[in-house]
Amino acid sequence: MMSRRHLRRGVLSAGIALATLVALTLTGCTPGSGATPDTTSDPNRTVETDVSKMGNLTLTVWDQEVRGGQNEQMTQLNKAFEEKYPNITVKRNSQSFDDLGKTLRLALSGDDAPDVVQANNARNSMGSFVKAGQLEPLDPWSKAYNWEDRFSESVLKYSRYSQDGKTFGSGSIYGLPQVGEVVGVFYSKKKLAEIGVTLPSDWAGFEAALTQAKSAGTTPLLLGNIEKWPAVHVFGQVQGATVDSSVIQKLGFGNPGASWKTPENEKAAQTLSTWQEEGYFNEGVNGTDYDAAWQKLTRGEGAFLIGGSWLASDLEDAMGDDAGFFAPPVTAGEGAHTTGGTGLPFTITKASKNPDLAAAYIDFITNEDAMKVLADTGNLPVVNTQNYAPESGVQRDVFSTFDSVTTRGELLPYLDYATPTFGDTLGEAIQGLLDGQLDAKAFTEKLESDYAEFTAAQ
Amino acid sequence: MQSSPRRSKRELKPPERPGGRSSSRYSARQGRRITPYLYILPAFLVYGVFMLYPLARSVHLSLFDWDGLTLATYVGFDNYVDVLNDERLRAAFGNALTFVFFYAVLPVCIGLVLAAVLTRARVRGLSIFRTIVFLPQVIAMVVVAIAWRQIYAPDGSLNTLLRAIGLGDLARPWLGDYTFSLPAVGIIGTWVSTGLVTVLLMAGMAKIPVEQFEAARLDGAGPVREFFAIILPSVRAEITVALTLTIVASLKTFDLIYVTTRGGPGSSTTVPSYEVYRRAFEQGQVGSAAAVGVTLTVLIFVISLVVNKIGDRSSS
Repeated sequence: MMSRRHLRRGVLSAGIALATLVALTLTGCTPGSGATPDTTSDPNRTVETDVSKMGNLTLTVWDQEVRGGQNEQMTQLNKAFEEKYPNITVKRNSQSFDDLGKTLRLALSGDDAPDVVQANNARNSMGSFVKAGQLEPLDPWSKAYNWEDRFSESVLKYSRYSQDGKTFGSGSIYGLPQVGEVVGVFYSKKKLAEIGVTLPSDWAGFEAALTQAKSAGTTPLLLGNIEKWPAVHVFGQVQGATVDSSVIQKLGFGNPGASWKTPENEKAAQTLSTWQEEGYFNEGVNGTDYDAAWQKLTRGEGAFLIGGSWLASDLEDAMGDDAGFFAPPVTAGEGAHTTGGTGLPFTITKASKNPDLAAAYIDFITNEDAMKVLADTGNLPVVNTQNYAPESGVQRDVFSTFDSVTTRGELLPYLDYATPTFGDTLGEAIQGLLDGQLDAKAFTEKLESDYAEFTAAQ
Repeated sequence: MQSSPRRSKRELKPPERPGGRSSSRYSARQGRRITPYLYILPAFLVYGVFMLYPLARSVHLSLFDWDGLTLATYVGFDNYVDVLNDERLRAAFGNALTFVFFYAVLPVCIGLVLAAVLTRARVRGLSIFRTIVFLPQVIAMVVVAIAWRQIYAPDGSLNTLLRAIGLGDLARPWLGDYTFSLPAVGIIGTWVSTGLVTVLLMAGMAKIPVEQFEAARLDGAGPVREFFAIILPSVRAEITVALTLTIVASLKTFDLIYVTTRGGPGSSTTVPSYEVYRRAFEQGQVGSAAAVGVTLTVLIFVISLVVNKIGDRSSS
């Protein structure tokens, strides 16, 4: 044990050390780079589209396509690109979604930034990179390659930002996605037949089916929400059927001019809360794992599961032809208005020395041949989805749902895109709503304060 | 070889110069003073590069409003003011203090009893028991958290057990319950810390001379009296160490929260280190995250200092 004298000396030297630290830090320089956004990018610049004329070049690509089919398509496409243009070497660096999200900030602000990076659409990633002037607006190449004809506007919106990064969903194109995602309803065909429910064709029919399942003694809706975000997709589905899509788009993209405090939004929240009160969900949703919930569907422990198309392959593995997928539209026969989006778009960094090459690469991995490769490797191609649909099974349902939503319905943004903090705000509020801690009014008020604070500061 | 230390000692002796005696002795003492610092220099360099520099950098960053990308703006102590004013952060620090109870106080109480019983009673297979108690310390926290997540699940083993013994009314989604998620996560901490504390205390109790217990027995002391009169005072130093270790662990807990509840339901189980992560990596508020981190560091430093001071005073 230290004697008192030693202790005092220890405290003294600690004090000196601390003072040195503070002195050191105060004299240090300001963190961050003062890169002024280059707003002079000429949208009509001449674009070189012939890669074979570009000479021997290396293209550095950072992607997050690490899972089975994703990795396979990327490998195939890169190989095809190098074979078509022997003068080009593609240097690929792939990391998981989480890792990429964390390293991209540093990579983009460093001197040795990659040419092409896959950046999350959300405001706290792509939005802040655009704001910091680190991504190239793709307008000149979009014209040269006719990207606006290739992609439906409902999809392109997801990678449009104004050049100051303030408006999301319109403005310049900053990236192109390869794949699509759509949130809908999974079900077990056997289970529905067992409880005498026919597949609903519209939203009212879906709500009636839930009631019918409940009275048949089956859990109507399966949900695992310990992670906070799964219920956001359930809410998105309800909101899409209740609230005007243009309002949801403003709210979801975090653009000003809308409000959470509307009777329609409150009604959507009330629906979710009523479902919970009437026991439509499995017990203890806030304490159930996301994975545990869809596994319940495979065991016939419930009728429906609201979830994203990414669950299809797991469900198909477990259930085979028993699994089905649909998105109920408000009016039968139309396309649904539902949450969905795209895979992470491929973007070009401002630091890239060969933006023409980078653009040619992005064009190559999103063209018609690429979509075929994507479908063959078990991904959901974002363009002309219906053409690549498999013969049968839940994947076929997913392909046709995505197609009908993007062409005849409306793909609505993930609500957590709205503000950098919105994912947390919404996730926590929804847990509160499902627990009865918040009523529909308090729920919308909570969301409004985050949204309003953000849009006011823009 | 054998003569070398003696010779070097002679060489170190300051040469005597007339008139310059005092000053030369002073410089020799000074030389001797520097020597220990030279010994710690390599370690200090590593410490400086990997601990002090990042710490200084965090303090530096905490004075800025920075998104991690664009040029930061200097805001002085505004981030710290926000830390104090932000209701959510205050709740996070409150939760951390609750965890001090579950991680530190409770395990020390359990550990004292457990260690006393284990050292005094002649238990067969003591080493096996010690291993089992210590096991949670060896398992990676992420594994512990995943295992407990399954125990606490709505149809997990805890609820199944409760239903089996007729206490089905108590069954609930433990980690999704606004009232019970915090203690539920806390109990995991207790389970993890108890082993470490018990083993530490057992080591301390093993040092107590058997004669003391014999003397106490002769004076007619029972096991309870024995515990308070002999065991407790003898292991004060070990209690201090155990408290310091577990309190630091409880205040900086992150992995457990990240894997079990992500701060939920709502924000009812969030802790400062989770807030640091959330702000820095999810919301791009690097300056504010650094401020929370620095505040947490200071808090841990102060609490450990207080625990050690109390420990010192009562053991001397």
